[in-house]
Amino acid sequence: MPISSPYKPLLSLALAGVLAAVLSVSIGSTAMGVDDILRVIAGSGTELQKTLILELRLPRTLSAFATGGLLAVAGALMQVLLRNPLADPYVLGLSGGAAVGALLAMLAGTAGFLVSGSAFAGAMLATLLVFGLAHGSGSWTPSRLLLTGVVVAAGWGAIITLILSMTPASRLPGMLYWLMGDLSHAATPWPGLVILLVVCLVVFPLGRALNVLARGSLQAAALGVSVRPLEWSIYLMASLLTATAVTMAGSVGFVGLVVPHMLRLVLGNDQRLILPACALAGGTLLVLADTLARVVIAPEQLPVGVITALIGVPTFLYLLYRSR
Amino acid sequence: MPCLTTEKLIIDIPGRASGVPLNLTVEPGQVWGVLGPNGVGKTTLLHTLAGLRAPSGGRLLLDGMPLVDSRRKSVSQQLGLVFQDRQDGFPATVLETALIGRHPWLSPWQMESGEDLALAERALEALDVIHLKDRLVSTLSGGERQRVAIATLMTQEPKIWLLDEPTNHLDLQHQTSVMRLLREQAAMGRAVFMCLHDLNLAARWCDQILLLYSDGQACWGPARDMLVTSALERLFGQRLLCAELDGFPVFVPG
Repeated sequence: MPISSPYKPLLSLALAGVLAAVLSVSIGSTAMGVDDILRVIAGSGTELQKTLILELRLPRTLSAFATGGLLAVAGALMQVLLRNPLADPYVLGLSGGAAVGALLAMLAGTAGFLVSGSAFAGAMLATLLVFGLAHGSGSWTPSRLLLTGVVVAAGWGAIITLILSMTPASRLPGMLYWLMGDLSHAATPWPGLVILLVVCLVVFPLGRALNVLARGSLQAAALGVSVRPLEWSIYLMASLLTATAVTMAGSVGFVGLVVPHMLRLVLGNDQRLILPACALAGGTLLVLADTLARVVIAPEQLPVGVITALIGVPTFLYLLYRSR
Repeated sequence: MPCLTTEKLIIDIPGRASGVPLNLTVEPGQVWGVLGPNGVGKTTLLHTLAGLRAPSGGRLLLDGMPLVDSRRKSVSQQLGLVFQDRQDGFPATVLETALIGRHPWLSPWQMESGEDLALAERALEALDVIHLKDRLVSTLSGGERQRVAIATLMTQEPKIWLLDEPTNHLDLQHQTSVMRLLREQAAMGRAVFMCLHDLNLAARWCDQILLLYSDGQACWGPARDMLVTSALERLFGQRLLCAELDGFPVFVPG
């Protein structure tokens, strides 16, 4: 697909991302002007402003951006892999595995790094489990992978309910916040941002092969694509992206489903443009959602997953309604 | 110089023990037609020849090289296939669909150039779908889609053209223009190998014929030797009448 100017939409999305980040950093219990933010970034400003921006708000904003970008790119990859527009990063049960890991760690009374660590371990375990089961013997098809993933996800769901029902009431709110997706425990944004950037760079040269794969695996093979290796590598990449996002923020819903769809409606379906656009738009959307989550019932905070779902459900229904 | 050769090739049809080993030589300039009843393995043969399906015996040589040893990318620079049915998946325009034919020729970091675009537009023009180039493929009629698929193959520019019922869904005029296009491509040094259901199109446009029988028998050779009423009657289990018109045999059910 010829892109007349791929940079124009990407530049406007990047600009929107920066604006959203500035907005997100400036809003909060103490309002900050753009001049304050610039002063702190330039190295001056009061101690309070420095702490507030560099240690509290900016890391959280960057975490939100990384999480949203990771989920949107993972969703776009899953949709191509499964040739199914309804696929999202969690459709193959990855968030279920991560949730079981995280909840078990919380049940054991740990917090912080141990919770994110076991969430990541659970996500990777879920990935390998589905990979192994779908790999099995006989023919492999996207629908077989999808069915395997959906059934495994239902299994994780049952275990999550079991854990919740055995948990003392005092620990339940933390678990529910984790399950809805919540950025207040995100420790550092850097691993997420680095993985997002690396995967975008790796995926870009695969973009045209993904365009061909979207026409079906036989057609792709006839046009010289090594279908099986390509499919497994996008599965593993999407899983790594999702596991990283879930580790940072719990299972934030709808970003991975809705963002690729919105972009496809506006920008067409060239993966070379859609994937980097997903990284930028997903990040921007989650930064805005997290800002809302912080201010709607301030000083209390909502889990950001509630906001994305509240935005995501009507948006998606609207898109479905319009596409008829 | 032979393009595509099969040595004792036995295609893998589920539920059938084996068939006659095929020793075909598809050469530049030839137009092959494959005839046979439903389910006899015409599509399976095409997929096997394209290297998309392993044969249950024998081997396949592309310019003297075993096809299994070649990289998919270099195979697809030499050999292309129009499928009988297609997945739409995600929406794409006609021009975008033709352009994916350039995939085998581009490196991962390369964008399609103006030259690739010109190739695609020329192919769309040859197939009479250039006026639809900005339409979504999913909104086209069956015949229009069929022509877009052939245009994609033309944009791919392989030496060997494999086509699974290329005249499916086409009206009379476009059936003729597609067959004429295939003949022109053969005259330019390409090899065309297609499955057909229409005996008269095969008689009019193909110079080599392969007959596949449901019991696994097969025979092949120059069209005039193969298109014999008795052989075709046995092939389809249908009595046929034959007449000659304009120098070509014409068959109608008797």
